[in-house]
Amino acid sequence: MIAARRSLLSWSAFFASLAALPPLLPLLGVDGGGAVQIGVLNDIGIYLILALSLNIILGHAGIFHMGHTAFFAVGAYAAAILNTSCGWPILSALPVAGLLAALLAFLVAVPVIRLRGDYLLVVTIGVVEIVRICLVNNIFGLTGGANGIAGIGRAVILGRRLTTPADIFYLIWSFAALSVLLFSLLENSRFGRALNYIREDEVAAAGCGINTGRHKIQAFVLGAFWAGMAGTLFAVKTRLVDPESFTFSESVMLFAIVILGGAGSMAGIVLGTFLLIGLQEIFRDFLEARMLVFGAAMVAMMIFRPQGLLPARARRYDTGGRTGASPGAAGREKKPGPPAGNGAAGT
Amino acid sequence: MSLLSLRGLSKSFGGLVAVAHVSLELEADAVIGLIGPNGAGKTTLFNLITGNQRPDSGGIFFDGRDITGLPTHAVVRLGIARTFQNIRLFQSMSLLENVLAGRHCRLRAGLAASLLRPPFQRREERQAVRRARDELAFVGLEEQRDKPAGGLSHGSQRLLEIARALATDPRFLILDEPAGGMNGQETAALMELIAAIRSRGVSVLLIEHDMNLVMKVCRRIVVLEYGVVIAQGAPEHIKRDPAVIEAYLGSGE
Ligand SMILES: Nc1ncnc2c1ncn2[C@@H]1O[C@H](COP(=O)(O)OP(=O)(O)O)[C@@H](O)[C@H]1O
Ligand SMILES: [Mg+2]
Repeated sequence: MIAARRSLLSWSAFFASLAALPPLLPLLGVDGGGAVQIGVLNDIGIYLILALSLNIILGHAGIFHMGHTAFFAVGAYAAAILNTSCGWPILSALPVAGLLAALLAFLVAVPVIRLRGDYLLVVTIGVVEIVRICLVNNIFGLTGGANGIAGIGRAVILGRRLTTPADIFYLIWSFAALSVLLFSLLENSRFGRALNYIREDEVAAAGCGINTGRHKIQAFVLGAFWAGMAGTLFAVKTRLVDPESFTFSESVMLFAIVILGGAGSMAGIVLGTFLLIGLQEIFRDFLEARMLVFGAAMVAMMIFRPQGLLPARARRYDTGGRTGASPGAAGREKKPGPPAGNGAAGT
Repeated sequence: MSLLSLRGLSKSFGGLVAVAHVSLELEADAVIGLIGPNGAGKTTLFNLITGNQRPDSGGIFFDGRDITGLPTHAVVRLGIARTFQNIRLFQSMSLLENVLAGRHCRLRAGLAASLLRPPFQRREERQAVRRARDELAFVGLEEQRDKPAGGLSHGSQRLLEIARALATDPRFLILDEPAGGMNGQETAALMELIAAIRSRGVSVLLIEHDMNLVMKVCRRIVVLEYGVVIAQGAPEHIKRDPAVIEAYLGSGE
């Protein structure tokens, strides 16, 4: 309980200080009122939402999924098409974009989710390429081919048009904060625990009565749903979607954020996103050196800190105070008896 | 009527017949031992019962219900829990969380309840944690509940697996070599523990090489050799059975 309250406090402090940045940057005399910096933060925010959604799949359930961009792309394109062709306000496409990505994830997951880790990795990589090639080839005549879809309308919230980078900043980071809240509720629950048992030992998890296949599919579909919504936010931000934004290397980047930051650890993922996306922006001028540093960091991490920069911490349980003093070989004398009340075996 | 009945179960791996037409009636309210030389097919028989492997032919009936070919999680829900010969714990997780895994199939909260946290969800979580703690106390590991399972001694890891299995509310508990890797003292405590499990109304089927343990705690013993049941009956009877003596001495065990 105390731990939960403390973590709520740190997260609130984190998001509150971020929220202070847009008005603060111009006051600090940053060039151009900090528009560039806000733009980078907006990218980081979208990657953070994506990485958090991948964390459920890769970090918690241990499913080797390197194709998350596919779901991001489906969400972004769905929103762009609904907006430009059907005249939907862009933000009202949010749930539909999520659902379409989830549908694709479901269709992919059902036949392959039981595959061993390395095979699944290959399948998910294939999905990204398939989606990208479909987009390039102007599938159904809807995706605009290599040029993508331009002219996406501005988002409107409560009658207010979001025009400046700062407006978009508040939209994206509110969604990121919501993601942190929802995913932390989820991971500290029966569902989140089940995913962790599956990651640790699938046979043992099934032996505990956990329907492993169903939980893995649920994790996969849920993560894809969230990535689809992140796609909508991307469309809001760039107002142009094209296949080049959804390449395999974006997938690898997300995979790296989760693994380097700390699989299953939200703080680790925030740190990982800021480091990888932030550094990518800073080193934009040294493209080749960037990949070199990136690769070296990856290797070093795997050797020296395989749990990630900020590894997940164990969940705490309120076990009701006093430790029962029942030492001795097996403490049989004070056995709880046929543990009461919870009903017999499913009869 | 028997609680678990196996009817003509067979299982081969390639050309190797691991279990050959095994029929057994396992009664409720008993501790039954399954013995036999290494490679006799004991673990495979367990795997068939708990749905870890599918039989090539034959049927498995639990409490009159056909459970042949059901997936493991469904078998566990119906009330059959097991431990593994090669211990399978969630090594990096705490003892308490390991046992909580066993409660999973008796809890109801799904995705929505995890997000909205209605009162029933909080209540069942609280009860599950309390129950997990009780099961840890039952096997004598409660003090170490926050330690990672991987840090336990071999013998304690076996006890933790038993606690986790008990947390699923089994009516039938299957133990695969529970005394493997235990010292004399731990084995003695284990015998007491098995009796206590039995008196909770849980029937036990166990594979064990420690003959002293088997003879003391089992009401009935089944002997398997090359996938075939070669003898079954009370311990005194088994001890004197010529086929059993042949299987154990003849095979150079
Ligand atoms: N998954 C498997 N694949 C191939 N052979 C197996 C498999 N599992 C068990 N066996 C073989 O089946 C036989 C019975 O094994 P097992 O049931 O583990 O015996 P026990 O538990 O009595 O020592 C052995 O010869 C073993 O090598
Ligand atoms: Mg065996």
